Amino acid sequence: MTLRHAQGPEDGQEPADGTTLRHAQGPEGGTGELAVRATGVGKVFPTKTAEITALTDVELEVAAGEFVSLIGPSGCGKSTLLRLIADLDQATSGELEIFGKPARRARIDQDYGVAFQQAGLLPWRTVAANIALPLEVHGTARPERAARVAELAELVGLSDFIDRYPDQLSGGMQQRVAIARALATRPRLLLMDEPFGALDEMTREYLQSELARIAAETGAAVVFVTHSIPEAVFLSDRVVVMSPRPGRITDVIVTGLGEARDETLREAPEYFERVTAVREALHGTHVERANER
Amino acid sequence: MSAASGAGRMRRASGDARQWLAVGWGVLGILTVLILWELYKFLGPAEGVTIGAVEGQSGSGILILPRTHDRAMPHIWDMVTRLFQPTSGGDTPPLWVSVAGAALITLGIAAVGWIIGVVVGAVLGLVMQRWRLVEWGILPWIVVSQIVPLIAFAPVVNAIGNQIDRGGTPWPQWLSVAIIASYLAFFPVAIGMLKGLAAPDRIHVDLMSTYAAGYWSTLLRLRLPAAVPYLLPALRLAAANAVLGAVVAEVSIGMRGGIGRMLIQLAGQASSDPAAPWGPTFGSIALGLIAAGTVALIGVGLKNYRRGEATA
Repeated sequence: MTLRHAQGPEDGQEPADGTTLRHAQGPEGGTGELAVRATGVGKVFPTKTAEITALTDVELEVAAGEFVSLIGPSGCGKSTLLRLIADLDQATSGELEIFGKPARRARIDQDYGVAFQQAGLLPWRTVAANIALPLEVHGTARPERAARVAELAELVGLSDFIDRYPDQLSGGMQQRVAIARALATRPRLLLMDEPFGALDEMTREYLQSELARIAAETGAAVVFVTHSIPEAVFLSDRVVVMSPRPGRITDVIVTGLGEARDETLREAPEYFERVTAVREALHGTHVERANER
Repeated sequence: MSAASGAGRMRRASGDARQWLAVGWGVLGILTVLILWELYKFLGPAEGVTIGAVEGQSGSGILILPRTHDRAMPHIWDMVTRLFQPTSGGDTPPLWVSVAGAALITLGIAAVGWIIGVVVGAVLGLVMQRWRLVEWGILPWIVVSQIVPLIAFAPVVNAIGNQIDRGGTPWPQWLSVAIIASYLAFFPVAIGMLKGLAAPDRIHVDLMSTYAAGYWSTLLRLRLPAAVPYLLPALRLAAANAVLGAVVAEVSIGMRGGIGRMLIQLAGQASSDPAAPWGPTFGSIALGLIAAGTVALIGVGLKNYRRGEATA
């Protein structure tokens, strides 16, 4: 528990006994503070003709250090929920707390970092300058900034590329820069909106493993929006299943897959079981597996 | 590493080739104009073609093709040789020296006009982007302002300038010319600034907002850099406009020393010295090119801010 707030790779080393920092327990099992607490959160977008309910009555708690995926079909409000947590939109009802503060306060205090589906790097800045952007905005001194950038480039494996420009990088590398940038201010919460959605499958699997490692090393809680069931199961401690019209949470599945998120997990039977469980939850019916027929 | 730099070299090489091709097309364009001029002068009737002329009544009818005799259309080589003859006979310096001197004066005034125009245009663009209400309020007026003919507007500025001068604050005539030049120059900058500042992607704006970055921080780190690809052509256009405005303003308020005045003066003597007015004409073309070219140099220093253009 004391390791929960460990930040950055330098103090995020694995403890000697080999256990990592990830906490697989749901909020009910945790005694520490909550990264996110949503109570009865709803979001209504007014349009000219009618009001569109994007989210209704969302109850969600994310423990510090926990990895939670939001999954569901288009229009289920998963991205909206993420934007509410990031204070890019404001909830029309309910209460939203990030580390016990209102979302707006948390945004101003830089309690979270974000990564979107597009890497969203500034094309006129080098990799280093892109990673340094949030630090620059907050007036971090130049030497400290350079040290932090080097550290983060190391963390995402891009040390050799910090002088490149985004148009000289592949999509996967750009996304790694975006993740490094999201981690720059050492947030205790990472918000990710389909960050690997535009990548090819191989890059995607590689970055999933990388993200699992980075999340473990930094001890940050992650709220991860995705379309992909295997991705959600592979990465998460809990998978939150959502459904559209109106957007709401219909199910929460605890994966209980333990600490190790490596390639062997992708072939493990319990992994497939969770994938099936999430799929059933998404479709709302029992899904017959090929070997049960 | 080596593969990447190799690709970079290749991109540069093809860029060079494209640049030379552009130069080639430019030269070809100029040659075409010269050839057409001489060709028409050779083929066209000396007195041009007039329709509906009444016999014995000079000046009647409508001239539909221009006259080609030497007074109306001097040979190109005559125009060029005229440049090296004395400006107004006797011991006066060669025409090209006088043209260059006048062009420099106009260039200086146009530069002042350009700077005023860029500052005013940039401020207008910033204010319009910041407050939508201001955009609705003044954008139509900015557009309308460009419809007012310069020759109608120039004497008004001059009169106001004279009054200020008489009131005790020194107001040299060239300042009026610069103000009029800036009147044409500010327009593209204001529009380019407005478009450029609104250019950043939603995702970048959101990102800055997640950093809790304020207006100025967002302006400096996101909006202004993103506006560069819009601003560079606007600045170039403003430079060309400033030269044009300065030349026209000199003529319409009768300021001495600049190339506009020289053009009018020599054009007045064209019946006796037809090649002379072409000297300042070439001078003002060169002036526009120099002005636009100088501004293009700004773009070289801002190359990295145009990266988005290549990839997007």
